[in-house]
Amino acid sequence: MIEILQDYGLNFLVGQYPHGPLGGLAMTLIVAALGIVLSFPIAIIFALARISPYRSLRWLSKGVVNFVRGIPLLMLIFWCYFVIPIVTGYSVSGFTTLVVALVIYEAAYLSEIIRSGIEALPKGQTEASQALGGSYALTVRSVILPQALFNVLPGMTSQFISTIKETSLGYVIAVNELTFSANQVNNMLLTQPLQVFTILAATYFLVCFVLTRTLSTIETRIRRNRGMA
Amino acid sequence: MDLLTADQFQQLLWGMRTTIILFAVSWVMAFALALVLVVVRATEYRLCRWFVDGFVAYHRNVPLLVQVMFWYFGMPELLPENVRFWLYDHNAEFSFAAIALALGSSAYVAEDIRSGLRAIPNTQFEAASSLGCSYLQSMRYIVVPQALRISLPPLVSRALLLFKNTSIAMAIGVAELTYRTREIENMTFKTFTVFGIATVLYLIGTFTLMAFGSWLENRTRLDRKAAAK
Repeated sequence: MIEILQDYGLNFLVGQYPHGPLGGLAMTLIVAALGIVLSFPIAIIFALARISPYRSLRWLSKGVVNFVRGIPLLMLIFWCYFVIPIVTGYSVSGFTTLVVALVIYEAAYLSEIIRSGIEALPKGQTEASQALGGSYALTVRSVILPQALFNVLPGMTSQFISTIKETSLGYVIAVNELTFSANQVNNMLLTQPLQVFTILAATYFLVCFVLTRTLSTIETRIRRNRGMA
Repeated sequence: MDLLTADQFQQLLWGMRTTIILFAVSWVMAFALALVLVVVRATEYRLCRWFVDGFVAYHRNVPLLVQVMFWYFGMPELLPENVRFWLYDHNAEFSFAAIALALGSSAYVAEDIRSGLRAIPNTQFEAASSLGCSYLQSMRYIVVPQALRISLPPLVSRALLLFKNTSIAMAIGVAELTYRTREIENMTFKTFTVFGIATVLYLIGTFTLMAFGSWLENRTRLDRKAAAK
C-alpha cells in the first residue's frame, strides 16, 4: 500500500496536474467548497420564501424543496447533465454540471435546516424589531438570521460534510475528482483494488473526520465568545 | 414528447422492482445489524464500545459510493476463489450493493435507536424492575416501545435516504431504476421522456414512504393528553 502511495500519491491528491487537468482530492475540495458557498445564499432565500406572507412564494419554495428532496442526487445530476445544455445553448463541462446539481440539492436541504432555525425563534423578536421601526430587510439581516443561523450551526456543519461526500457522485459523469482519480489508479494497477480503495476510503475519512472535529471546536468557541457555554 | 414503447416502459418497471427489492433487503439487514450494534455499544467492555464507535465513524465519514466500490472491487480479493466465482455467477453486483448499503445505513440507524433509548429516563427501567419485571420484560414492554416512538421520525427519514441511495448501485452495474433509465436513454435518445418517467417513479416511491411514515407516527402516538406532557 505504501508503494502505491509513493507511486500514485500525487494522483490521489491533484490528479494529472500539472501535466494534465486538475483532479483528485484538490478537485473534490474545490467542488465541495463551491457547492457550499453557492448553495448557502440560495438556501436562505428558499427558507425566507417558505415563511413569507405570500402564498405563491410559499408554495413555490415548498414544491421545489420537496421535489429535490424526493429524488436521488444521481437523478438530479443527470437532469442537470441533459437540461443545462438545452437551456443555455452551450455544452457545459461535467464540473459545472456537478456544481449546479450540488448547489440545487444542498440548497434544498440547507433551507429546511435554516427554516427550522427561523421558526424556532420567538415571534417577539420580529415584533420587537418592527415596533422599533425596523424594515423587513433590517429585521431579517440583523435580528432573525444572526440568531437562527447560529442556533442551527450543528445541522449546517453536518450538511457541509455530506456535501464533501456527495461530490463523489461526480464520478458517474466523469468529473475528475477523488473517486474518479482512484479508479484511474486502479485501472493502471489492475491487480490491487483492495489497497487502492482502502486508500480512497481512508482519504475521505481523514478529510471529513478532521473537518467535523474542527468545525465543532469552532462552534464551541463561538458559543463561549457569546457567553453561552 | 415522444413516448416509450411498451417494452421500454416494461424495462423501467423492472428497474423499479430491483430498486424496491434492493431497498427492502438492505433496510431489513441494516435494522437487524443496527440492533446488534446498539446492544454491543451498551455493554461494559471498552473494546466493544470502541469497535462500534469506529464502525459508525467510518460509515459516516466515507461516501456511500466509495463504500459500494470498496465492497464490489476490493472485498472479493479477500474471499476464497470458489466463493468469489459463485458470487460472480449469482448477481454479485446486487449482493455487494445490498451489503454496502446495509452497513452504511446501519451506522445511522444504530445512532437513531440509541438516541431514542437515551431519551427514556432510567427510572422507567427501575420502576419496571421494582414491579417484578425481568430485564427482558422491562425492555420489551416498557423501554423499547417508548424509545421506538421517539426514534420513529429519524428512522423514517433514514429509510427515505436509503431508498434514494439505492441509485448509487448503478455505478457498479446493478440494473435498478437509474441504471435502466440510462440504458434506455442511450438506446433511444428520448431523454426527457425516460428521465421524466424515472423521476416520477422515484417520487411515487418517496411519497409512499413518507405517507407510510406519518401513518405509523399517527398510529403509535399516544391518544391521551399525557403524551403531550
